[in-house]
Amino acid sequence: MKSVLPVLTVIGAILLFWIVSVVPMNMHLTADLAQRQDIAVTPDTPVARQELSGVGLALRNPQLFGMTYTLERPRLPSPHQVVVEMWNTIALQSITSRRSLVFHGWVTLSATLVGFVIGTGLGIVLAVGIVYNRAMDMSVMPWAIASQTIPILALAPMIIVMMGAIGIQGLFPKAVISAYLSFFPVVVGMVKGLRSPDGMQLDLLRTYYASPAQGFWKLRLPASVPYLFASLKIGISASLVGAIVAELPTGARAGFGARMLVGDQYGQPLVTWAALFAAALTAAALVGFFSLVERWTLRRMGMQAV
Amino acid sequence: MALNTTIKAEGLNLTFETNDGPVHALKDVNLEINKGDFVSFIGPSGCGKTTFLRCIAGLETPTGGEISVNGMTPDEARMARAYGYVFQAAGLYPWRTIGGNIKLPLEIMGFSKAEQAERVARVLDLVDLAGFEKKFPWQLSGGMQQRASIARALAFDADILLMDEPFGALDEIVRDHLNEQLLQLWARTEKTIGFVTHSIPEAVYLSTKIVVMSPRPGRITDVIESPLPKERPLDIRDTPEFIEIAHRVRDGLRAGHDDV
Repeated sequence: MKSVLPVLTVIGAILLFWIVSVVPMNMHLTADLAQRQDIAVTPDTPVARQELSGVGLALRNPQLFGMTYTLERPRLPSPHQVVVEMWNTIALQSITSRRSLVFHGWVTLSATLVGFVIGTGLGIVLAVGIVYNRAMDMSVMPWAIASQTIPILALAPMIIVMMGAIGIQGLFPKAVISAYLSFFPVVVGMVKGLRSPDGMQLDLLRTYYASPAQGFWKLRLPASVPYLFASLKIGISASLVGAIVAELPTGARAGFGARMLVGDQYGQPLVTWAALFAAALTAAALVGFFSLVERWTLRRMGMQAV
Repeated sequence: MALNTTIKAEGLNLTFETNDGPVHALKDVNLEINKGDFVSFIGPSGCGKTTFLRCIAGLETPTGGEISVNGMTPDEARMARAYGYVFQAAGLYPWRTIGGNIKLPLEIMGFSKAEQAERVARVLDLVDLAGFEKKFPWQLSGGMQQRASIARALAFDADILLMDEPFGALDEIVRDHLNEQLLQLWARTEKTIGFVTHSIPEAVYLSTKIVVMSPRPGRITDVIESPLPKERPLDIRDTPEFIEIAHRVRDGLRAGHDDV
């Protein structure tokens, strides 16, 4: 609970910066609109206004400040506009409606979760292979690292199109991209975790003449649990990003990514922003969920959460 | 081999190959340890005392010479679970309770659940930790953790106990107390104990046989059979006999340092 004040301070600072930024960001649009409504604007020609920066124009037209917060299609929406849009699309729509962010959220979330499960499973299997097999140790990690250097934005459409060509559409191609992003932190974390027992602990098992399987289940796996949770928290947010990115370039008709694209293409920034914030809240909820599971698990295991 | 010889090393050599050339960790080590002996290995760092203990345990493989444990090779003895090993750090698993930690070797060795519970209770009693079974390691002091690790080594009833500076990280008062307890435990269980230390009073107080070692190359410079009685109160350390043995150990250590 000690973190409440610092967190609120940072949120407050960001909100303040946002609110202040709305005026200059939207000033040109506002000035054009005001002129059409016969409100005096200085300077009074659009060409002259283009010469000025947003800040410069704002300083000449303080009477327009209020209007910058209520534009229908603002360049930068004000916080309350985003909140209202989210309220309208989350709370006031039936969740089966295509206008509901809950509907779109579930489309993205289901792909995220499937991809996350695949990615985590793959990551754990690869990590075990790397730790127990010298050939895999030498060969897998460089490829895992290389896989993450390819821009996902370039790779996503290729995966979607190729899987579409063999008849796989909908959730699964998106889950593949989620898995592609989420397996990596799990591999890195689990390799470190499985290797975390020191020489003394391994020697101890040798004195018992323990089998490699016993070493895995009784020492390496439990020792890796704290590392796994750190990886899961990174992995789940990477998964969500992956699912959204997978929706963006492919003309997906549902999901957070589709909403962002629609807002962009049809000049409805509020739609984009609402989807953006809904996605961020979803990510925060997922990470928060894993933090809770982590704390619960480590406490049950007798290890205090760090 | 004499009937009651438990550990026997003959002409034991161990050379590590390093980037700076070979390091003679052990050179021509000959030693016999009888059943029920309490043997201390003392010497400065690099004298090979820990390496020798690890050779007995089959954790290191000698590059020359012979070593037998209970009439077997160290590896066979390890597979037969002939010894319990106590490391310098307690090394308890933080995710297991004290009882769970002591069960670890028992689970690995396939004891039944009922037998496990019975043995845990018995060894916890032996190291004075009865009632701490359900605590987690972080809830115990360093000395208590080390006692729990000794209990873990005792749990499967090996007749040899190998201890590598088990009290090295503890303060003097706790150490005295644990030394006293260890002697009582040794008297009760009649185990053969190999004990690595770099404390002269600890070695003299505990041992029936003190093996003085020196470095470069690691070797035995003196083996002292202690004339002290088996019953040893802490104040035996002020008796002339005790001081005399301590002197001899110190002389042995100094002799080994002449070439440095």
